[in-house]
Amino acid sequence: MTDATFMQGAMTTADRGRLWVVLYLATTGVVLLLMMLAGLWMRLAQAGWLSPDPAFFYQLMTVHGTGMVGIAALGGAAVLWHFLSAHVRLNSWVMGANFGVFLIGVVAILVADLLGGFGGAWTFLYPLPATSQGAWPVWAAALHLGGLLVIGVGFLIWCLELARGIIATYGGLGRGLGWHLLFANSQQNVPPPTVVAATLVTIVTTLALIAGAIVLVMSLVNLAFPAIEIDPLLAKNLIYFFGHSFINATIYMAITVVYELLPRITGRTWKTTKVFLAAWTLSTAMVLTVFPHHLLMDFAMPVWLMAVGQIFSYINAIPVLIVTGLGALAILHRSGIRWDLVSTLLLIAVFGWMAGVIPAVIDATVVVNSVMHNTTWVPGHFHFYLLLGLLPMFFALMVHLARGEDVTPRGGDLTAILYLVLGLGFVSMFLIGGWASVPRRWAQHLPEWQVWDQVASVMAAGVIVLTATFVATFLVRIPAILREA
Amino acid sequence: MSIQTVAAVLTLLAILALGAVFLRVRWLAHDGRDYAPVQGTAYRIRTIVFWVLVLVGLPISILLFRENPYSAQAAAPQVVNATGYQWYWDLDRSEVTAGTPVEFRVTSADVNHGFGIYDAGGTLVAQTQAMPGYVNRLIHVFDAPGTYDVLCLEYCGLVHHNMIAEIVVNEGEANDD
Repeated sequence: MTDATFMQGAMTTADRGRLWVVLYLATTGVVLLLMMLAGLWMRLAQAGWLSPDPAFFYQLMTVHGTGMVGIAALGGAAVLWHFLSAHVRLNSWVMGANFGVFLIGVVAILVADLLGGFGGAWTFLYPLPATSQGAWPVWAAALHLGGLLVIGVGFLIWCLELARGIIATYGGLGRGLGWHLLFANSQQNVPPPTVVAATLVTIVTTLALIAGAIVLVMSLVNLAFPAIEIDPLLAKNLIYFFGHSFINATIYMAITVVYELLPRITGRTWKTTKVFLAAWTLSTAMVLTVFPHHLLMDFAMPVWLMAVGQIFSYINAIPVLIVTGLGALAILHRSGIRWDLVSTLLLIAVFGWMAGVIPAVIDATVVVNSVMHNTTWVPGHFHFYLLLGLLPMFFALMVHLARGEDVTPRGGDLTAILYLVLGLGFVSMFLIGGWASVPRRWAQHLPEWQVWDQVASVMAAGVIVLTATFVATFLVRIPAILREA
Repeated sequence: MSIQTVAAVLTLLAILALGAVFLRVRWLAHDGRDYAPVQGTAYRIRTIVFWVLVLVGLPISILLFRENPYSAQAAAPQVVNATGYQWYWDLDRSEVTAGTPVEFRVTSADVNHGFGIYDAGGTLVAQTQAMPGYVNRLIHVFDAPGTYDVLCLEYCGLVHHNMIAEIVVNEGEANDD
């Protein structure tokens, strides 16, 4: 087998925008906690332990969904930038610009949702923003969509900077994906796993953001000029192409912490093999094409696109399972390590990613989707994937930085184990609800559904406490992290 | 066994199997060995898993797609025209007969809704989206008589959770076309 080995020589990462990485991670941690509290509040309401005005529930649901997608991207951007900047020269002002734009967008969205009363969900399906039966004014809808657009523009600039850096260093995005090794057997300048992941992120996120910008502008035009209508099915396709691809890309940003830290912890290398490159090229194509699985119950869609939605969703799981998942397990297996907080968080992250894919693949099967689409099975999948896959990746980097990037094992990992147990309990309640046909996005639940909401609320409270400990570990060390830089 | 139960059991088994692998790796991680043989074993496992996923899983996925509702046809179905409004369902008939196909022609007068049919036990038995400008044809055969609920399964605004209608399914043969 032709291998090009990326040696993890450096013990610390010479990132060029450490201040921004730290600021991104700190913001991610704080906003994450706030959004988790909003989520807990919603679960308490569904459990019957609170009796909120449904209007406020849906406003908070909109803030929670939009906020979580936003900080998934912000945290993912921090992880990717931190590790990529050791391989590719990046202009750190882009991180600053994106952060400034992000804050402007966040303020706009918070004003629109909490003061203006907008509750159109993060999916803003056309024509709901303009058709609320007087629940929110047009200005609130426009401000929310405008805020999303502003944030999208910031991340688009960020992506273009990644593209510039990869092209300048490796000679093109194809070379960033290692096609010269994959297809031409060239051993020159073979990209390490982090660069390959960054190239996928660049391609996927750029295209997703362009689609998102298009549908946002169309929706804004419709708000300003209601006579100019949009085809709702076209809008839905654009929204899910944008939404699915964007949130999916965040875990491909964050997986770089696994690729970078596991070799340092175990002393083993993570090779850029042809199989690895083929898997990532396949993932790039699949991430961009699986979105029709969100539209399987829109019978007006072309049948061939539905087939793509189901079958490609299955195929998309294969590279995740057999390359990244098995690769991580192989590096850890009989490696002689002693488990500590960072290594256990990384192990949980890989498990969460692999296991979280399973309910999604099953639900992407049309015969299943017919009786489980838009039940709580769906949040069961993505909470599994994000809570136990993406977030432990963020926490691992936070703790790693807090420890001065020293990978020597220290301390225990009880908090990580508890996080896994409580997280599994929390997401299981969504999945059980889906099995029992509980619809998602309902402000009020029937009494027979509430037992799962109640268990989920208790589990969520524990998850929040543990999240606070991980975030606090990082926040209190920020001055030292910046001094060490 | 319902589709939901099959899906849940398969999910549980797959996650448990995966969890067992992770637990084994965690348990044996302290026992340091050379990487080369470990990696060789991993590559062999990867090859086996890959071919199982491709040769077994992929054909199953393709075959299962044949069980899709998109091109369903029914001879002499009972027809129900269903239109979603914020926040109620307008059904041109609310009684149908069990044992013969019912064709729901589902659309929306305003925003996106989800037309989900629940049996008396609260189990979702069929659904389609209700989208303005489009009519989705959902063909369903009610197995048993009783009162079924139609719940909205696509978020549509502030009273989304109260958008419920009833369909009464009677025993016997269909008596109309």
